[in-house]
Amino acid sequence: MTSQMESAIQFGSVSKSFGTVRAVEDLNFEAPVGAVTVLLGPNGAGKTTTVRLTTGALVADRGDIEVLGLHPKINGDEIRRRVGIVPPKPAFYDQLTGWENLQFAARIFGSDERSALDAAERFEIDHALLQEVGGYSTGMRTRLALTRSVLHDPEILLLDEPTAGLDPESSRNVLELIRELAGRGRTIVLCTHLLHEAEGIADQIVLMSNGHARISGSPEALTGRYLADPVVLFDAEDRGALNSLPDRHGVVSVSWNGAVHATLSDHDMLPDLIADLVRDGVRLTRVEPITPSLEELYFAMQRSDPEDPS
Amino acid sequence: MNWNHVRAIAGADLRRLFKSKDYWIPLLIMASLFFVIIPLIMLAVIGQFENTAFADQVSSVVGNLPAQVSDAARGDTPLARASYIAAVFLLAPIAIIVPVTISAAVGSNAIVGERERGTGEFLAHSPVTMRELYVGKLIASLVPGYLALLIGFAAYALVVNLMVGPDLGGWFFPTVGWVVLILWVIPPFIAVSLTIILRISARVRSAASAQQASSLVTLPIIMLSYAVSVSVVVSPGRSAFLIGASSWLVAILLSVRGAKKLRRERLLGVASET
Repeated sequence: MTSQMESAIQFGSVSKSFGTVRAVEDLNFEAPVGAVTVLLGPNGAGKTTTVRLTTGALVADRGDIEVLGLHPKINGDEIRRRVGIVPPKPAFYDQLTGWENLQFAARIFGSDERSALDAAERFEIDHALLQEVGGYSTGMRTRLALTRSVLHDPEILLLDEPTAGLDPESSRNVLELIRELAGRGRTIVLCTHLLHEAEGIADQIVLMSNGHARISGSPEALTGRYLADPVVLFDAEDRGALNSLPDRHGVVSVSWNGAVHATLSDHDMLPDLIADLVRDGVRLTRVEPITPSLEELYFAMQRSDPEDPS
Repeated sequence: MNWNHVRAIAGADLRRLFKSKDYWIPLLIMASLFFVIIPLIMLAVIGQFENTAFADQVSSVVGNLPAQVSDAARGDTPLARASYIAAVFLLAPIAIIVPVTISAAVGSNAIVGERERGTGEFLAHSPVTMRELYVGKLIASLVPGYLALLIGFAAYALVVNLMVGPDLGGWFFPTVGWVVLILWVIPPFIAVSLTIILRISARVRSAASAQQASSLVTLPIIMLSYAVSVSVVVSPGRSAFLIGASSWLVAILLSVRGAKKLRRERLLGVASET
Protein backbone atom coordinates (compact mmCIF):
# COMPACT_ATOMS: atom_id res chain seq x y z
CA MET A 1 0.00 0.00 0.00
CA THR A 2 1.03 3.58 -0.53
CA SER A 3 0.04 4.97 2.79
CA GLN A 4 2.60 7.81 2.62
CA MET A 5 0.85 9.29 -0.43
CA GLU A 6 -2.51 11.00 -0.36
CA SER A 7 -5.17 8.66 -1.72
CA ALA A 8 -7.70 9.67 -4.35
CA ILE A 9 -9.58 6.41 -3.89
CA GLN A 10 -9.73 4.21 -0.82
CA PHE A 11 -11.52 0.91 -0.48
CA GLY A 12 -11.77 -0.58 2.99
CA SER A 13 -13.12 -4.14 3.30
CA VAL A 14 -15.65 -3.54 0.54
CA SER A 15 -18.01 -6.32 -0.53
CA LYS A 16 -20.63 -6.45 -3.26
CA SER A 17 -22.72 -9.42 -4.31
CA PHE A 18 -25.24 -9.99 -7.09
CA GLY A 19 -27.58 -12.62 -5.77
CA THR A 20 -25.35 -15.54 -4.92
CA VAL A 21 -22.41 -14.23 -6.94
CA ARG A 22 -19.80 -12.38 -4.92
CA ALA A 23 -18.34 -9.84 -7.33
CA VAL A 24 -16.13 -8.09 -4.78
CA GLU A 25 -15.30 -9.43 -1.36
CA ASP A 26 -13.40 -7.72 1.41
CA LEU A 27 -11.60 -5.54 -1.13
CA ASN A 28 -8.91 -3.21 0.16
CA PHE A 29 -6.87 -0.89 -2.02
CA GLU A 30 -5.82 2.71 -2.42
CA ALA A 31 -5.18 4.72 -5.55
CA PRO A 32 -2.70 7.53 -4.84
CA VAL A 33 -3.35 11.02 -6.15
CA GLY A 34 -1.66 11.73 -9.48
CA ALA A 35 -0.57 8.13 -10.00
CA VAL A 36 -1.55 5.39 -12.41
CA THR A 37 -3.00 2.45 -10.54
CA VAL A 38 -3.48 -0.69 -12.57
CA LEU A 39 -6.12 -3.16 -11.46
CA LEU A 40 -4.71 -6.31 -12.96
CA GLY A 41 -6.59 -9.56 -13.05
CA PRO A 42 -8.37 -12.11 -15.15
CA ASN A 43 -11.93 -11.64 -16.40
CA GLY A 44 -14.37 -11.91 -13.51
CA ALA A 45 -11.82 -10.69 -10.97
CA GLY A 46 -14.12 -7.85 -9.91
CA LYS A 47 -12.40 -4.97 -11.71
CA THR A 48 -15.54 -3.56 -13.40
CA THR A 49 -17.55 -3.85 -10.20
CA THR A 50 -14.76 -1.95 -8.43
CA VAL A 51 -15.03 0.86 -10.99
CA ARG A 52 -18.80 0.94 -10.65
CA LEU A 53 -18.54 1.09 -6.87
CA THR A 54 -16.06 3.95 -7.14
CA THR A 55 -18.52 6.26 -8.89
CA GLY A 56 -21.48 5.11 -6.83
CA ALA A 57 -23.17 3.56 -9.87
CA LEU A 58 -23.33 0.51 -7.63
CA VAL A 59 -23.73 0.65 -3.88
CA ALA A 60 -21.52 -1.58 -1.75
CA ASP A 61 -23.15 -4.14 0.53
CA ARG A 62 -20.42 -3.66 3.14
CA GLY A 63 -17.26 -1.67 3.71
CA ASP A 64 -16.07 1.91 3.30
CA ILE A 65 -15.31 3.69 0.06
CA GLU A 66 -13.82 7.15 -0.10
CA VAL A 67 -13.27 8.98 -3.37
CA LEU A 68 -11.64 12.42 -3.25
CA GLY A 69 -12.55 12.47 0.42
CA LEU A 70 -16.24 11.85 -0.35
CA HIS A 71 -18.49 8.84 0.10
CA PRO A 72 -20.15 7.56 -3.11
CA LYS A 73 -23.33 6.59 -1.30
CA ILE A 74 -23.80 10.09 0.12
CA ASN A 75 -21.98 12.36 -2.34
CA GLY A 76 -22.34 10.28 -5.50
CA ASP A 77 -23.35 13.16 -7.76
CA GLU A 78 -20.37 15.26 -6.63
CA ILE A 79 -17.98 12.33 -7.20
CA ARG A 80 -19.44 11.60 -10.62
CA ARG A 81 -18.93 15.26 -11.59
CA ARG A 82 -15.23 14.93 -10.79
CA VAL A 83 -14.59 11.51 -12.31
CA GLY A 84 -14.29 10.50 -15.96
CA ILE A 85 -14.82 6.97 -17.15
CA VAL A 86 -14.16 4.85 -20.21
CA PRO A 87 -16.26 1.70 -19.91
CA PRO A 88 -15.11 -1.63 -21.37
CA LYS A 89 -17.41 -1.34 -24.38
CA PRO A 90 -17.91 2.37 -24.96
CA ALA A 91 -21.47 2.93 -26.13
CA PHE A 92 -22.95 5.98 -27.80
CA TYR A 93 -26.17 7.04 -29.47
CA ASP A 94 -25.34 5.58 -32.87
CA GLN A 95 -27.86 7.68 -34.81
CA LEU A 96 -26.23 10.86 -33.53
CA THR A 97 -22.95 12.25 -34.80
CA GLY A 98 -19.79 12.20 -32.71
CA TRP A 99 -20.24 15.90 -32.09
CA GLU A 100 -23.87 15.49 -30.97
CA ASN A 101 -22.75 12.77 -28.54
CA LEU A 102 -20.05 15.05 -27.17
CA GLN A 103 -22.49 17.96 -26.88
CA PHE A 104 -24.78 15.70 -24.88
CA ALA A 105 -21.95 14.69 -22.53
CA ALA A 106 -20.82 18.32 -22.22
CA ARG A 107 -24.33 19.37 -21.15
CA ILE A 108 -24.51 16.55 -18.64
CA PHE A 109 -21.14 17.53 -17.12
CA GLY A 110 -21.76 21.26 -17.41
CA SER A 111 -18.76 21.76 -19.70
CA ASP A 112 -18.56 24.13 -22.62
CA GLU A 113 -18.40 22.93 -26.21
CA ARG A 114 -14.90 24.40 -26.64
CA SER A 115 -13.57 21.88 -24.09
CA ALA A 116 -15.23 19.07 -26.03
CA LEU A 117 -13.63 20.24 -29.25
CA ASP A 118 -10.20 20.60 -27.61
CA ALA A 119 -10.46 17.09 -26.19
CA ALA A 120 -11.52 15.73 -29.59
CA GLU A 121 -8.48 17.34 -31.19
CA ARG A 122 -6.20 15.89 -28.51
CA PHE A 123 -7.53 12.38 -29.16
CA GLU A 124 -7.47 12.94 -32.93
CA ILE A 125 -11.15 12.26 -33.51
CA ASP A 126 -12.08 15.81 -34.48
CA HIS A 127 -12.03 14.95 -38.20
CA ALA A 128 -14.88 12.43 -37.74
CA LEU A 129 -17.13 14.42 -35.43
CA LEU A 130 -19.74 15.12 -38.09
CA GLN A 131 -20.18 11.42 -38.90
CA GLU A 132 -22.83 9.31 -37.19
CA VAL A 133 -21.20 7.18 -34.50
CA GLY A 134 -22.89 4.09 -35.94
CA GLY A 135 -20.30 4.21 -38.71
CA TYR A 136 -17.28 4.50 -36.39
CA SER A 137 -14.63 1.79 -36.12
CA THR A 138 -13.81 0.33 -32.68
CA GLY A 139 -10.71 2.52 -32.50
CA MET A 140 -12.71 5.66 -33.30
CA ARG A 141 -15.28 4.77 -30.65
CA THR A 142 -12.52 4.35 -28.08
CA ARG A 143 -11.05 7.72 -29.02
CA LEU A 144 -14.49 9.31 -28.73
CA ALA A 145 -14.96 7.58 -25.35
CA LEU A 146 -11.62 8.96 -24.17
CA THR A 147 -12.65 12.41 -25.42
CA ARG A 148 -15.96 12.15 -23.58
CA SER A 149 -14.22 11.02 -20.40
CA VAL A 150 -11.95 14.09 -20.17
CA LEU A 151 -14.06 16.92 -21.54
CA HIS A 152 -15.04 18.02 -18.03
CA ASP A 153 -11.41 17.91 -16.88
CA PRO A 154 -11.91 15.18 -14.26
CA GLU A 155 -9.60 14.67 -11.32
CA ILE A 156 -9.85 10.89 -11.59
CA LEU A 157 -10.02 8.80 -14.75
CA LEU A 158 -11.32 5.26 -14.59
CA LEU A 159 -10.35 3.29 -17.68
CA ASP A 160 -11.94 -0.12 -17.82
CA GLU A 161 -10.24 -2.28 -20.46
CA PRO A 162 -9.77 0.76 -22.74
CA THR A 163 -8.03 -1.24 -25.47
CA ALA A 164 -10.55 -4.07 -25.64
CA GLY A 165 -11.23 -4.99 -29.26
CA LEU A 166 -8.57 -2.68 -30.67
CA ASP A 167 -5.88 -3.66 -33.15
CA PRO A 168 -2.26 -3.48 -31.84
CA GLU A 169 -1.57 -0.09 -33.40
CA SER A 170 -4.71 1.50 -31.99
CA SER A 171 -3.99 -0.10 -28.60
CA ARG A 172 -0.52 1.41 -28.58
CA ASN A 173 -1.96 4.81 -29.47
CA VAL A 174 -4.52 4.59 -26.67
CA LEU A 175 -1.83 3.63 -24.16
CA GLU A 176 0.25 6.59 -25.31
CA LEU A 177 -2.75 8.84 -24.75
CA ILE A 178 -3.14 7.40 -21.25
CA ARG A 179 0.55 8.10 -20.57
CA GLU A 180 -0.03 11.65 -21.75
CA LEU A 181 -2.98 12.06 -19.38
CA ALA A 182 -0.94 10.60 -16.53
CA GLY A 183 1.75 13.13 -17.37
CA ARG A 184 -0.80 15.88 -16.84
CA GLY A 185 -1.20 14.81 -13.23
CA ARG A 186 -4.52 12.95 -13.43
CA THR A 187 -5.20 10.10 -11.05
CA ILE A 188 -5.75 7.14 -13.31
CA VAL A 189 -7.15 3.73 -12.52
CA LEU A 190 -6.65 1.33 -15.41
CA CYS A 191 -8.39 -2.03 -15.36
CA THR A 192 -6.88 -4.66 -17.56
CA HIS A 193 -6.22 -8.34 -17.87
CA LEU A 194 -3.45 -7.67 -20.38
CA LEU A 195 -0.05 -7.61 -18.76
CA HIS A 196 1.64 -5.72 -21.55
CA GLU A 197 -0.91 -2.95 -21.19
CA ALA A 198 0.17 -2.19 -17.65
CA GLU A 199 3.86 -2.39 -18.55
CA GLY A 200 5.54 0.96 -18.32
CA ILE A 201 2.37 2.76 -17.26
CA ALA A 202 1.71 1.53 -13.75
CA ASP A 203 2.86 3.45 -10.71
CA GLN A 204 1.02 0.93 -8.64
CA ILE A 205 -0.30 -2.52 -9.41
CA VAL A 206 -3.23 -4.14 -7.65
CA LEU A 207 -3.48 -7.80 -8.50
CA MET A 208 -7.12 -8.85 -8.26
CA SER A 209 -8.80 -12.21 -8.31
CA ASN A 210 -12.18 -13.46 -7.18
CA GLY A 211 -13.11 -10.00 -5.96
CA HIS A 212 -10.07 -9.60 -3.73
CA ALA A 213 -6.97 -7.44 -4.04
CA ARG A 214 -4.34 -10.13 -3.57
CA ILE A 215 -1.24 -7.99 -3.73
CA SER A 216 -0.55 -4.33 -4.36
CA GLY A 217 2.41 -2.02 -4.62
CA SER A 218 4.67 -0.22 -7.07
CA PRO A 219 6.24 -2.38 -9.82
CA GLU A 220 9.68 -1.76 -8.26
CA ALA A 221 8.52 -2.77 -4.79
CA LEU A 222 6.78 -5.85 -6.15
CA THR A 223 9.82 -6.74 -8.24
CA GLY A 224 11.95 -6.44 -5.14
CA ARG A 225 9.51 -8.62 -3.24
CA TYR A 226 8.80 -11.30 -5.80
CA LEU A 227 11.80 -11.19 -8.13
CA ALA A 228 14.47 -10.27 -5.62
CA ASP A 229 17.44 -11.81 -7.46
CA PRO A 230 18.65 -9.64 -10.36
CA VAL A 231 19.17 -11.24 -13.76
CA VAL A 232 22.03 -10.16 -16.05
CA LEU A 233 22.48 -11.14 -19.67
CA PHE A 234 26.08 -12.05 -20.70
CA ASP A 235 27.51 -12.76 -24.11
CA ALA A 236 31.12 -13.25 -25.23
CA GLU A 237 33.20 -13.80 -28.37
CA ASP A 238 33.70 -17.36 -27.21
CA ARG A 239 30.46 -18.44 -25.50
CA GLY A 240 32.20 -21.55 -24.18
CA ALA A 241 34.21 -19.28 -21.90
CA LEU A 242 30.95 -18.49 -20.06
CA ASN A 243 30.55 -22.13 -18.97
CA SER A 244 32.37 -21.23 -15.79
CA LEU A 245 29.67 -18.75 -14.75
CA PRO A 246 27.65 -21.11 -12.49
CA ASP A 247 30.75 -21.74 -10.37
CA ARG A 248 31.59 -18.11 -9.83
CA HIS A 249 30.98 -16.21 -6.63
CA GLY A 250 27.61 -14.43 -6.45
CA VAL A 251 25.97 -16.39 -9.29
CA VAL A 252 22.83 -18.18 -8.14
CA SER A 253 21.83 -19.85 -11.40
CA VAL A 254 22.44 -19.66 -15.12
CA SER A 255 20.24 -20.33 -18.13
CA TRP A 256 21.28 -20.53 -21.78
CA ASN A 257 18.90 -18.96 -24.23
CA GLY A 258 21.04 -17.71 -27.10
CA ALA A 259 23.01 -15.56 -24.68
CA VAL A 260 23.52 -16.43 -21.02
CA HIS A 261 21.07 -15.25 -18.36
CA ALA A 262 22.75 -15.28 -14.97
CA THR A 263 20.77 -14.78 -11.79
CA LEU A 264 22.93 -13.04 -9.17
CA SER A 265 22.51 -13.09 -5.41
CA ASP A 266 22.95 -9.30 -5.33
CA HIS A 267 23.18 -6.58 -7.94
CA ASP A 268 26.38 -5.30 -6.24
CA MET A 269 28.15 -8.51 -7.26
CA LEU A 270 28.10 -7.51 -10.92
CA PRO A 271 31.26 -5.28 -11.09
CA ASP A 272 33.38 -7.95 -9.36
CA LEU A 273 31.94 -10.66 -11.60
CA ILE A 274 32.80 -8.69 -14.77
CA ALA A 275 36.31 -7.99 -13.45
CA ASP A 276 36.84 -11.72 -12.71
CA LEU A 277 35.65 -12.74 -16.18
CA VAL A 278 37.92 -10.17 -17.89
CA ARG A 279 40.87 -11.20 -15.73
CA ASP A 280 40.32 -14.81 -16.81
CA GLY A 281 40.50 -13.75 -20.47
CA VAL A 282 36.79 -13.84 -21.31
CA ARG A 283 36.18 -11.25 -24.06
CA LEU A 284 32.68 -10.01 -23.15
CA THR A 285 30.58 -8.57 -25.97
CA ARG A 286 27.43 -7.87 -23.95
CA VAL A 287 26.54 -7.31 -20.28
CA GLU A 288 22.96 -6.16 -19.74
CA PRO A 289 20.97 -6.10 -16.51
CA ILE A 290 17.48 -7.39 -17.31
CA THR A 291 14.46 -5.51 -16.01
CA PRO A 292 11.85 -8.15 -15.27
CA SER A 293 8.73 -7.86 -17.37
CA LEU A 294 5.34 -7.44 -15.80
CA GLU A 295 4.50 -10.88 -17.06
CA GLU A 296 7.36 -12.41 -15.06
CA LEU A 297 6.31 -10.35 -12.08
CA TYR A 298 2.68 -11.41 -12.47
CA PHE A 299 3.52 -15.09 -12.52
CA ALA A 300 6.01 -14.67 -9.67
CA MET A 301 3.24 -13.01 -7.64
CA GLN A 302 0.88 -15.81 -8.56
CA ARG A 303 3.39 -18.44 -7.48
CA SER A 304 3.87 -16.77 -4.12
CA ASP A 305 0.17 -16.21 -3.53
CA PRO A 306 -1.70 -19.18 -2.14
CA GLU A 307 -4.82 -18.39 -4.20
CA ASP A 308 -4.29 -18.70 -7.89
CA PRO A 309 -5.75 -15.63 -9.59
CA SER A 310 -6.42 -17.48 -12.78
CA MET B 1 -33.41 19.45 -10.18
CA ASN B 2 -30.93 20.46 -12.88
CA TRP B 3 -33.08 21.34 -15.90
CA ASN B 4 -30.03 21.38 -18.18
CA HIS B 5 -29.69 17.65 -17.51
CA VAL B 6 -33.39 17.09 -18.18
CA ARG B 7 -33.18 19.07 -21.42
CA ALA B 8 -30.05 17.21 -22.52
CA ILE B 9 -31.63 13.79 -21.93
CA ALA B 10 -34.93 14.66 -23.56
CA GLY B 11 -33.16 16.48 -26.42
CA ALA B 12 -30.84 13.55 -27.20
CA ASP B 13 -33.76 11.11 -27.22
CA LEU B 14 -35.91 13.31 -29.44
CA ARG B 15 -33.05 13.96 -31.83
CA ARG B 16 -32.41 10.22 -32.12
CA LEU B 17 -36.09 9.57 -32.66
CA PHE B 18 -36.49 12.09 -35.44
CA LYS B 19 -33.38 10.69 -37.15
CA SER B 20 -34.75 7.12 -37.08
CA LYS B 21 -37.00 6.91 -40.10
CA ASP B 22 -37.68 3.23 -39.41
CA TYR B 23 -39.26 4.35 -36.20
CA TRP B 24 -41.35 7.34 -37.09
CA ILE B 25 -42.54 6.43 -40.60
CA PRO B 26 -44.88 3.64 -39.33
CA LEU B 27 -46.12 6.02 -36.66
CA LEU B 28 -46.72 8.69 -39.29
CA ILE B 29 -48.70 6.18 -41.36
CA MET B 30 -50.79 5.26 -38.31
CA ALA B 31 -51.44 8.94 -37.53
CA SER B 32 -52.43 9.63 -41.15
CA LEU B 33 -54.77 6.67 -41.05
CA PHE B 34 -56.62 7.80 -37.94
CA PHE B 35 -56.58 11.55 -38.49
CA VAL B 36 -57.03 11.80 -42.26
CA ILE B 37 -57.74 8.65 -44.24
CA ILE B 38 -60.43 6.96 -42.10
CA PRO B 39 -62.34 10.26 -41.46
CA LEU B 40 -62.08 11.13 -45.14
CA ILE B 41 -63.52 7.78 -46.22
CA MET B 42 -66.26 7.68 -43.58
CA LEU B 43 -67.46 11.22 -44.14
CA ALA B 44 -67.37 10.68 -47.89
CA VAL B 45 -69.44 7.51 -47.50
CA ILE B 46 -72.02 9.30 -45.30
CA GLY B 47 -72.28 12.10 -47.86
CA GLN B 48 -72.98 9.61 -50.68
CA PHE B 49 -76.20 8.31 -49.14
CA GLU B 50 -78.30 11.48 -49.27
CA ASN B 51 -81.97 10.97 -50.25
CA THR B 52 -81.83 7.22 -49.79
CA ALA B 53 -83.10 4.77 -47.19
CA PHE B 54 -79.79 5.24 -45.38
CA ALA B 55 -80.80 8.82 -44.59
CA ASP B 56 -83.88 7.53 -42.77
CA GLN B 57 -81.77 5.07 -40.80
CA VAL B 58 -79.28 7.79 -39.82
CA SER B 59 -82.10 10.06 -38.84
CA SER B 60 -83.50 7.36 -36.59
CA VAL B 61 -80.07 6.70 -35.02
CA VAL B 62 -79.55 10.40 -34.32
CA GLY B 63 -82.97 10.56 -32.73
CA ASN B 64 -82.10 7.68 -30.41
CA LEU B 65 -78.78 9.12 -29.24
CA PRO B 66 -78.56 10.56 -25.71
CA ALA B 67 -80.24 13.94 -25.47
CA GLN B 68 -76.93 15.74 -24.80
CA VAL B 69 -75.48 14.38 -28.05
CA SER B 70 -78.51 14.83 -30.26
CA ASP B 71 -79.11 18.32 -28.82
CA ALA B 72 -75.51 19.28 -29.50
CA ALA B 73 -75.63 18.04 -33.07
CA ARG B 74 -75.79 20.86 -35.60
CA GLY B 75 -77.22 20.79 -39.09
CA ASP B 76 -80.55 21.23 -40.80
CA THR B 77 -80.80 17.82 -42.46
CA PRO B 78 -80.52 14.40 -40.80
CA LEU B 79 -77.39 13.65 -42.85
CA ALA B 80 -75.74 16.96 -41.90
CA ARG B 81 -76.49 16.14 -38.27
CA ALA B 82 -75.15 12.60 -38.77
CA SER B 83 -71.96 14.00 -40.35
CA TYR B 84 -71.55 16.42 -37.44
CA ILE B 85 -72.01 13.65 -34.89
CA ALA B 86 -69.57 11.40 -36.73
CA ALA B 87 -66.98 14.19 -36.97
CA VAL B 88 -67.26 15.47 -33.42
CA PHE B 89 -68.37 12.53 -31.27
CA LEU B 90 -67.53 9.35 -33.15
CA LEU B 91 -64.36 9.68 -35.20
CA ALA B 92 -62.38 12.15 -33.19
CA PRO B 93 -62.22 10.13 -29.94
CA ILE B 94 -60.67 7.27 -31.91
CA ALA B 95 -57.74 9.60 -32.49
CA ILE B 96 -56.83 9.24 -28.81
CA ILE B 97 -55.27 5.93 -29.81
CA VAL B 98 -52.56 7.71 -31.77
CA PRO B 99 -50.78 9.80 -29.10
CA VAL B 100 -51.02 7.05 -26.48
CA THR B 101 -49.64 4.43 -28.87
CA ILE B 102 -46.80 6.65 -30.09
CA SER B 103 -45.79 7.70 -26.59
CA ALA B 104 -46.03 4.12 -25.35
CA ALA B 105 -43.78 2.92 -28.17
CA VAL B 106 -41.15 5.53 -27.29
CA GLY B 107 -41.51 5.15 -23.53
CA SER B 108 -41.28 1.37 -23.43
CA ASN B 109 -37.79 1.55 -24.92
CA ALA B 110 -36.68 4.57 -22.91
CA ILE B 111 -34.79 2.98 -20.03
CA VAL B 112 -34.34 -0.61 -21.12
CA GLY B 113 -33.01 0.78 -24.42
CA GLU B 114 -30.23 2.62 -22.57
CA ARG B 115 -29.29 -0.64 -20.90
CA GLU B 116 -29.42 -2.68 -24.13
CA ARG B 117 -27.32 -0.19 -26.09
CA GLY B 118 -24.83 0.17 -23.25
CA THR B 119 -25.39 3.94 -23.10
CA GLY B 120 -26.87 3.42 -19.63
CA GLU B 121 -23.32 2.87 -18.37
CA PHE B 122 -22.42 6.47 -19.23
CA LEU B 123 -25.58 7.79 -17.57
CA ALA B 124 -25.01 5.63 -14.48
CA HIS B 125 -21.54 7.15 -14.04
CA SER B 126 -22.72 10.68 -14.79
CA PRO B 127 -23.92 13.33 -12.33
CA VAL B 128 -27.47 13.01 -13.68
CA THR B 129 -29.85 12.18 -10.82
CA MET B 130 -32.43 9.46 -11.33
CA ARG B 131 -35.17 12.05 -10.99
CA GLU B 132 -33.67 14.14 -13.80
CA LEU B 133 -33.32 11.03 -15.95
CA TYR B 134 -36.91 10.02 -15.28
CA VAL B 135 -38.32 13.45 -16.08
CA GLY B 136 -36.13 13.68 -19.21
CA LYS B 137 -37.39 10.31 -20.41
CA LEU B 138 -40.98 11.23 -19.58
CA ILE B 139 -40.74 14.42 -21.64
CA ALA B 140 -38.97 12.63 -24.50
CA SER B 141 -41.76 10.05 -24.62
CA LEU B 142 -44.61 12.51 -24.17
CA VAL B 143 -43.53 15.02 -26.81
CA PRO B 144 -43.74 12.75 -29.91
CA GLY B 145 -47.22 11.53 -28.98
CA TYR B 146 -48.53 14.97 -28.16
CA LEU B 147 -46.90 16.53 -31.20
CA ALA B 148 -48.52 13.86 -33.39
CA LEU B 149 -51.83 14.66 -31.71
CA LEU B 150 -51.55 18.41 -32.37
CA ILE B 151 -50.49 18.01 -36.00
CA GLY B 152 -52.96 15.20 -36.61
CA PHE B 153 -55.72 17.16 -34.96
CA ALA B 154 -55.01 20.16 -37.18
CA ALA B 155 -55.16 17.89 -40.23
CA TYR B 156 -58.36 16.30 -38.93
CA ALA B 157 -59.93 19.72 -38.36
CA LEU B 158 -59.08 20.67 -41.93
CA VAL B 159 -60.60 17.46 -43.32
CA VAL B 160 -63.87 17.64 -41.40
CA ASN B 161 -64.33 21.37 -41.90
CA LEU B 162 -63.78 21.04 -45.63
CA MET B 163 -66.06 18.02 -45.97
CA VAL B 164 -68.86 18.73 -43.52
CA GLY B 165 -68.48 22.50 -43.00
CA PRO B 166 -70.43 23.53 -46.17
CA ASP B 167 -73.50 21.63 -44.88
CA LEU B 168 -73.25 23.30 -41.48
CA GLY B 169 -72.80 26.85 -42.64
CA GLY B 170 -69.02 27.09 -42.20
CA TRP B 171 -66.14 25.88 -40.09
CA PHE B 172 -67.38 24.17 -36.93
CA PHE B 173 -64.43 22.16 -35.65
CA PRO B 174 -62.78 22.13 -33.12
CA THR B 175 -65.59 22.51 -30.67
CA VAL B 176 -64.99 23.81 -27.13
CA GLY B 177 -65.08 20.26 -25.83
CA TRP B 178 -62.29 19.26 -28.15
CA VAL B 179 -60.08 22.18 -27.21
CA VAL B 180 -60.52 21.28 -23.53
CA LEU B 181 -59.76 17.66 -24.31
CA ILE B 182 -56.62 18.35 -26.32
CA LEU B 183 -55.16 20.97 -24.01
CA TRP B 184 -56.28 19.80 -20.60
CA VAL B 185 -57.31 16.15 -20.52
CA ILE B 186 -55.24 14.17 -23.02
CA PRO B 187 -51.75 15.31 -21.87
CA PRO B 188 -52.16 13.91 -18.31
CA PHE B 189 -53.67 10.74 -19.74
CA ILE B 190 -50.57 10.19 -21.86
CA ALA B 191 -48.41 11.05 -18.83
CA VAL B 192 -50.24 8.52 -16.65
CA SER B 193 -49.71 5.75 -19.17
CA LEU B 194 -46.06 6.76 -19.51
CA THR B 195 -45.40 6.64 -15.77
CA ILE B 196 -46.48 3.02 -15.80
CA ILE B 197 -44.62 2.23 -19.02
CA LEU B 198 -41.38 3.83 -17.78
CA ARG B 199 -41.62 1.75 -14.65
CA ILE B 200 -41.93 -1.34 -16.83
CA SER B 201 -39.04 -0.16 -19.01
CA ALA B 202 -36.81 0.14 -15.95
CA ARG B 203 -37.62 -3.32 -14.68
CA VAL B 204 -37.68 -5.65 -17.69
CA ARG B 205 -34.62 -7.22 -19.28
CA SER B 206 -35.23 -6.45 -22.94
CA ALA B 207 -36.95 -3.89 -25.16
CA ALA B 208 -39.13 -6.66 -26.61
CA SER B 209 -40.45 -7.53 -23.13
CA ALA B 210 -41.03 -3.84 -22.43
CA GLN B 211 -43.11 -3.46 -25.59
CA GLN B 212 -45.18 -6.55 -24.79
CA ALA B 213 -45.85 -5.40 -21.25
CA SER B 214 -46.59 -1.82 -22.22
CA SER B 215 -49.14 -2.87 -24.81
CA LEU B 216 -51.04 -4.57 -21.99
CA VAL B 217 -50.99 -1.31 -20.06
CA THR B 218 -51.83 0.82 -23.08
CA LEU B 219 -55.00 -1.03 -24.02
CA PRO B 220 -57.07 -0.28 -20.89
CA ILE B 221 -55.75 3.27 -20.85
CA ILE B 222 -56.89 3.76 -24.45
CA MET B 223 -60.34 2.39 -23.57
CA LEU B 224 -60.57 4.65 -20.56
CA SER B 225 -59.31 7.62 -22.56
CA TYR B 226 -61.96 6.96 -25.21
CA ALA B 227 -64.75 6.97 -22.65
CA VAL B 228 -63.41 10.11 -21.02
CA SER B 229 -62.93 11.81 -24.40
CA VAL B 230 -66.55 11.21 -25.38
CA SER B 231 -67.72 12.47 -22.01
CA VAL B 232 -65.57 15.63 -22.20
CA VAL B 233 -66.55 16.38 -25.80
CA VAL B 234 -70.25 16.00 -25.01
CA SER B 235 -70.07 17.98 -21.80
CA PRO B 236 -67.05 20.29 -21.74
CA GLY B 237 -67.93 21.99 -18.50
CA ARG B 238 -66.94 21.68 -14.86
CA SER B 239 -66.76 17.90 -15.01
CA ALA B 240 -64.23 18.09 -17.86
CA PHE B 241 -62.10 20.44 -15.79
CA LEU B 242 -62.29 18.07 -12.82
CA ILE B 243 -61.42 15.05 -14.95
CA GLY B 244 -58.37 16.91 -16.30
CA ALA B 245 -57.31 18.13 -12.86
CA SER B 246 -57.58 14.71 -11.27
CA SER B 247 -55.68 13.17 -14.21
CA TRP B 248 -52.89 15.70 -13.74
CA LEU B 249 -52.77 14.90 -10.04
CA VAL B 250 -52.53 11.16 -10.69
CA ALA B 251 -49.85 11.77 -13.36
CA ILE B 252 -47.77 13.89 -10.97
CA LEU B 253 -48.10 11.42 -8.09
CA LEU B 254 -47.17 8.49 -10.29
CA SER B 255 -44.22 10.43 -11.74
CA VAL B 256 -42.84 11.26 -8.30
CA ARG B 257 -43.22 7.66 -7.23
CA GLY B 258 -41.71 6.33 -10.49
CA ALA B 259 -38.69 8.63 -10.19
CA LYS B 260 -38.08 7.46 -6.63
CA LYS B 261 -38.21 3.83 -7.71
CA LEU B 262 -35.67 4.21 -10.50
CA ARG B 263 -32.27 2.91 -9.41
CA ARG B 264 -28.91 3.66 -10.97
CA GLU B 265 -28.06 -0.06 -11.11
CA ARG B 266 -30.93 -0.55 -13.55
CA LEU B 267 -28.99 1.40 -16.15
CA LEU B 268 -26.13 -1.09 -15.84
CA GLY B 269 -28.35 -4.10 -16.15
CA VAL B 270 -27.24 -5.67 -12.92
CA ALA B 271 -30.13 -4.84 -10.61
CA SER B 272 -32.48 -7.25 -12.31
CA GLU B 273 -30.03 -10.04 -11.61
CA THR B 274 -29.86 -9.40 -7.88
